[in-house]
Formats: sequence, structure tokens, C-alpha cells
Amino acid sequence: MTEITCKLLVIGAGPGGYVCAIRAGQLGIDTVIVEGGKLGGTCLNVGCIPSKAMIHVAEEFEKASHAAAGKTPFGLTAGTPALDFGKAVAWKDGIVQRLNNGVGALLRKAKVKIVNGRARFRDGKTVVVETETGPRVIRAERIVIATGSVPVELPFLPFGGNVISSTEALALAEVPKKLAVVGGGYIGLELGIAFAKLGSQVTVVEAQSRILPLYDAELTAPVAKRLTALGVDVLLGAKARGLAPKGDALLIETAEGQERRIAADRILVTVGRAPATAGLGLEELVLDMDGRFIRIGERCETSMRGIHAIGDVTGEPMLAHRAMAQGEMVAEIAAGLPRAWDKRGIPAICFTDPEIVSVGLSPEEARRTGQEIKVGQFPFAANGRAMTKDGEQGFVRIVAQAQTQLVLGIQAVGSGVSELSTAFGLAIEMGATLEDVAGTIHAHPTLGEGFQEAALKALGHAIHI
Amino acid sequence: MAERIIKLPDVGEGIAEAELVEWHVKVGDIIREDDLLAAVMTDKATVEIPAPVDGEVTWIGAEIGDTVAIGSALVKLKVAGEGAAAEVAEEPEPGEATGSDAPEAAAEPVKPVAKPTAEADNSEPPRAMTVPKPVRAIAAATPQALAAPRRAPGDKPLASPAVRLRAREAGIDLRQAAGTGPAGRILHEDLDAFLLRGPEPGHAPGLSQKSAVTEVKIVGLRRRIAEKMALSKARIPHITIVEEVNVSPLEDLRATLNRKPTAERPKLTLLPFLMRAMVKALAEQPNLNALYDDEAGIVRQHAGIHLGIATQTPGGLMVPVVKHAEARDIFGCALELNRIAERARDGIATRDELTGSTITITSLGALGGIATTPVINHPEVAIVGVNKMVVRPVWDGTTFVPRKMMNLSSSFDHRVVDGWDAAVFVQRLKELLENPATLFIDG
Repeated sequence: MTEITCKLLVIGAGPGGYVCAIRAGQLGIDTVIVEGGKLGGTCLNVGCIPSKAMIHVAEEFEKASHAAAGKTPFGLTAGTPALDFGKAVAWKDGIVQRLNNGVGALLRKAKVKIVNGRARFRDGKTVVVETETGPRVIRAERIVIATGSVPVELPFLPFGGNVISSTEALALAEVPKKLAVVGGGYIGLELGIAFAKLGSQVTVVEAQSRILPLYDAELTAPVAKRLTALGVDVLLGAKARGLAPKGDALLIETAEGQERRIAADRILVTVGRAPATAGLGLEELVLDMDGRFIRIGERCETSMRGIHAIGDVTGEPMLAHRAMAQGEMVAEIAAGLPRAWDKRGIPAICFTDPEIVSVGLSPEEARRTGQEIKVGQFPFAANGRAMTKDGEQGFVRIVAQAQTQLVLGIQAVGSGVSELSTAFGLAIEMGATLEDVAGTIHAHPTLGEGFQEAALKALGHAIHI
Repeated sequence: MAERIIKLPDVGEGIAEAELVEWHVKVGDIIREDDLLAAVMTDKATVEIPAPVDGEVTWIGAEIGDTVAIGSALVKLKVAGEGAAAEVAEEPEPGEATGSDAPEAAAEPVKPVAKPTAEADNSEPPRAMTVPKPVRAIAAATPQALAAPRRAPGDKPLASPAVRLRAREAGIDLRQAAGTGPAGRILHEDLDAFLLRGPEPGHAPGLSQKSAVTEVKIVGLRRRIAEKMALSKARIPHITIVEEVNVSPLEDLRATLNRKPTAERPKLTLLPFLMRAMVKALAEQPNLNALYDDEAGIVRQHAGIHLGIATQTPGGLMVPVVKHAEARDIFGCALELNRIAERARDGIATRDELTGSTITITSLGALGGIATTPVINHPEVAIVGVNKMVVRPVWDGTTFVPRKMMNLSSSFDHRVVDGWDAAVFVQRLKELLENPATLFIDG
């Protein structure tokens, strides 16, 4: 059994792990990264990236269909589009592969040693990795657990056959004719909308009384409207009960308590994600847990000295960019630099149609903290660029402390607003006040003007409404 | 409508310029004849400038604190009537304070100290003064101060990521740093300040820090005081001697003398005794009753002893002068002291009463502290400071006895007064004051 010793061992090469390893390498730390699957983790292989690729395909297809139906307001008519779904998937796979290779190249450039295989803790300083060439022992001064998360399985609706998770949904050979989506959160809706645009007849089953329950109703209303327009059947307050015996339908209990059968050739279950700790040998360690997740402190330290945890394995918000920031921080801590988690905001985006972006506190969350707030909201219907993109639905909303004008939160819903997260995040992180945002020239004509106008609105002198 | 230009009139004393210390009008004001336009301060006096006609102020020619030349335009008025712009050769109103009869506010002699009385049995509270005009304080909260509320305890410190990183690298806990940016944001400058001064002191709940800055323009008398103090400290190497004096016998004598005061023989404070002691001591050391013209390299020893009395007035420190103390007995000293101090506080002391001192006394009475470091009234060469009188146990050789003790803190110009001479003078004062009978024996 070959043995490796290193200063820093990173378990998992997802966005948290590989960023941590690259940064550690940059800092001259002798680093090893272990990955059982492909480099890039969920995000790159079966999450963010491939889903965005498929969403893009769906959008383009839908636009073409829209034009074919002669429904564009600007007189464009096109022939009926045809989609070679196999090619679309191959295109997506190509992107994923390029990024896989890119991560590998970056790791090698940073002189990080990559070990393929599943890692299992032997003790707090030692890990055994089952590689193709046999088990390897890795001893490290410091270990970072970055194993990520996996889709949650419903016991009465186990994955397999027609019951799929987001991972399989991104690797289907053909567009399902009828797709039932269990869970109206952002993953279910992103994929549900994409498949609806690609021609699936989609039914979304959500146990709560509205879609995207983590966002406020005002923000999600344009999405709900769009779902209706796309012909997606959204069943709220409904519970999945199981699979029809033949496997060709989802059985549910409606909000009214009635049994109902939803015919579906694929049933996509997106009811959350659980930490990926199975087989990791956590039982060999004495880690404090936070539910199923690993409890961490402000340096991403666990209850065991020399062991850090980052990313989805540490709980919500399970977002790649959070994991990346944590990974970078832990690498710098490993290099002896004084660091701690002091971020003010973590942007969250739903790549639904329209998109939703949120940084910081919603008005309701801000009110709950007991502070007096003011809210400014600017509709894209009054934004020139939104009109010229034929995407007038949605708005930008800004939440600020009434007394100091300190911006506490920024949300937007609208077509293409995900890119506004950059400006929103910067404003929150820099501690901007309403005057800062209002006093910054925003280029015309852009959707970003809505941000400035929302700030002006909160200050009581919006120009364009 | 015509425009009239009001020029700064000749306010007397053959001066060429005056400092604007107060505006009574602003642009747009409608004024009537004889309304006051402004106050200017010359070397000695503050003079009110009245409006010669009715009209509307359209322009004002100077800011508070500006020095304005005599004859230059001060105010433009839009007045009723025809005609081209007419210059008004402004004449001082009868009875207006100008010329040599003007009430004068002296800023020339300046001392760090206040009331003329060491013991307060006949001192009066300062009265509201009419002249000089009090220096106007211009208060302005900075915009920064307005926008910098404090964080509530437990709030996350608000700072940009760059500031946070810099703080971490410097080992600073930002929760302890004050933020002066918008919404209390901690800026790089705040971090600089923190690195320089360390954490703000802990504060109890309910107590809050204030960060407003009030700007007070230093004009008029205050500016004169500032200039005189700076001049004295910049040019004169001070030597200060502090000596304690047993004033119990003097206090007994004073109590006796004060039993039946009359108009001619007022109640005495300690100061007239000190004045007499100085007259006697200076007769032996005339080099201390002198003015040093350091540019000419000449010390002018004066035969006449003119005692400057540092006096706190509502406008600031002034030094009225008891002329020819050598020719006044103790009651004469007391009467003159009371008269000029009162005139100075009322703002009606003349230029003559405020100039010409050859040595100065400064006393803060009951506020006098244990020791002071008096600032010499340039170009004099000595100043005597009176400290607080207290009863202290004193060892008389066999036992402790209570004694009324008082310190004298005296400064000398070390360029022309050696430490030895200074010490001899102080010892002589001590001897005279401790044996008050000797004050009244000639020779």
C-alpha cells in the first residue's frame, strides 16, 4: 500500500474542493485532492453547468417555436424548429468536458496532486483512498471535507426506472412526453420549465401552497405566470404518494385530499439535497453535526482540530459560489493567513423563466430583524432595455435601513436578471447605501438602470416612474 | 432704484484696516436707516457700522474674519430713488464708537489667567458686556458626522471586503472600530485611525459616542489673544518658579482691615497686598520691571510700575493696567484695580487703560490650582501668578499647625533674567507677604 503524506488533503473536487486546492497550491502548500467521480463535482458535471446548457437549448427552441407560430410582436416568422436532442446533449457534454479538463489543468498548474478514488477516514489525520491501482493511504496535517451533496430520495418514490433525479434528467436520451416534477423548488422549476419549452407536458407537484417557497410571493409571481403561459400544470399543496404500479404515472394526493393519478413517462424528484457523507468514514471521527450536515465555525473548522468542511456538506445555502469562497478561505487559513467568514451576502439565483436573483434580506426578513426599513421597487415595464428585449415582466427591488439608507437586500425577477447579481452582490458586500447606488451612473439602456431607479424610488425620487 | 455702496468708514485711531467680526445683515435683507450692518474690530476697539439709508442689501463684501481696508466697499444697497450708483462717503454716526473716545477692547496684553481678585469676597460675577462684540461661533456639523450613526452592539461591522481583509491582516477586530462612512461603514481611513489610536474605549449601554465636529472661527479678540500667546511662547524662553507662601499673618491683617470698609477704603482682597509687595521688590530689582525690545536688543527698565491685571471678560482674556502702582497706597491699588477690572469686564475700558503695563499679575482665585505656568505678557519680562489659598498642616519645629498657604507661580524671560535673579525676586515676595508689616515700612 503506497502512502502519501501532504500538508493539505482536500476530499472532493467540486467547486469548493478544487478552488481550495488550487488556492492552496498557489500559496505553496503541498496539496492532494481526492475525487471519486469527475473533477468539478455536482456543479460542473450534473448541476449548474449542464442544467444551464439545457436551459439555453430549451430557450432557443422555445423562441424558435414562438416565431414559428408567428407570435413574436416584431414580425419574425420562422419555420417549425426541429431539435436533435442527442446533439443538444452532446453539446452540453462537450462543455462539461472542456470544463473538466480545465479544472484538471488548473489543479496541475497549481502543483496539486490529484488522486482518483473514494476516500474514507481512518482517523483524523489519515484517509484511505480506493484507487484503481489499490488502496492508498494519505496522511495530511490538515484535511478539508468537500464531498458535497446528493439528491434526496423519497422512500415511497425511490430513484430508478422512470423515477429520476436531476442528474438523470440532464442525461436523458430524449425529451419525455409527459414529465411529472415532484418539488417546486428552484431545481424542479428550472428543469421543469426547460422540458416544457422542449415540448414535454409538465406537471409540478408542490407540497406547499406556492412555488419557490424560499422566495417571497411577489418575486415568484412572474414565474408562476410564465408557468401558466407555458402550459405547465402546477399543483400546489399536493403530496406525492408513490408510483403507479405500472410505473407510468405518479400518484398524488391533491390539496383537496383527493387521490389523483398523473400520467408521466418520467418522474423527476427534486425535493432537496442531502450531504454526501456515505462511505466517508465519518464514524471514525468525532464531528459535531448540525442535523445531517457537518457543523462548522467561522473558519469552516469542524469540532476536530485540523479538519475543515466546506460546501454543501455543511448545509444551506447549498450554492457553488459559497463553497468556492469557503474553499479559498480555508486554503489561506492553511497557509497561516488570518481569515474568517465575514461575507455579508451570498447571491442566490433561480434560472427559471423569468430569472430570480436575491442578495441579502428580503423586505420580510429585514422587518423581522426589528429594524425600520424602506423598500424601493422598479418595474421592468418602465425600462427601455427590457422593452427592446421583449421581456418587460418583473422588477428590481431594494431593501434598506430607513435611518441609515444602508442597503440590506436586493432582489430582482425578470428576463436575464441573473447577471445583475454581480452589481447586487458588490453593493451589499461594499456596504452601499441607497445614495451610493442612486449616485452611480448606470449605463443606458440596460436592465441595470432598474437597480439605480429602485434605489431612487426608495429615496423618494425615481425618475422613470 | 439706485445702488449705493457703503464703504468701511474710518473708524479712528489712524488705522488702515479692520477685521470684520460680525454681520448683522445678509443679502436680501431690507434694512432701515441706522440699522446695524456689521461690526469691525480694529487693533483695540470693536465698532458697529450703521446703515446710512433705507434699502435692500444686494451684496456684502467680506466674510467674518476678513481684514477689510478702510474705504473699501462693505455693502451694496438697492435704494429708492433715481440716479446712478452713488458712493456714500460713510461718516461715523454721532455717538457711535469711534476715534480716541471709543470704548476699547484690548487684546494686546494677554495672559492665560483671569479675574483680578485672589479671594472672592468682593469680586462680582462678570456682567453681560456691550463691547467688544463676542466672537461669534460658527457651528457646522460636518456632513460626515450627520451620516455616521453608531452600530448597535452586536451588529456586524460594516466594511468593504478590502477593509475587512486589511483589518484581519493587521489583527484588528473590526467590531471595536468606529465607522465614519455612510451608515457607519468602516473606511480605510477609520482603520488608519484605529491603527494609530487603538480601540475606542469600552462604553456602557445607553452611552453613545458623538462624532459631530463644531467649527468655531477664531476672530476678533480671540484671534488677538491667540496671536499674543503664540508670540510670547515662540519668542520668550520661559523660566517658571513656584514658591509657597504662608499667608496666615496676611490674612489676619486683611480680616482686620476689612472690618469697616468705606468708599475710600474698600474691602481688600489679597491682590493689593501682592501689588504692594511687587512694588517693593521691584524697587530692588528694576530689571524685572522692564520691556525687552529683542529686535533692537534693548531692555527698557521703567521707573513707573504699571501692573497689568489679567482679567477674564465675556469676550475673553483682557489685561487692564493699574498705572503707577508705586504711587498708590494699598487702598489706592485696590480702588484702581476694582475700577479697571470692572471697566474691562463691561467692555468700556479705554485704550489707555488697556495698554502700558510693565509687569503683569495673573490670578484665578479659588480656581488657581497648586501651580501654573504663566505666559509672559510680551514684551514684558516677568509675570506673577497667584495660586489657590489652602489651609495646610505646617511643621513649626515642635508640632503641626494649620496655616493658610498659597503658592506663587512666576515666569521670567530667561534671556534677560537669570534664574538667580528670578529666585531672589520670588523669595523677596515671599518674605514681604509672610511678614505683611514690612509692606508698610518704607525702605
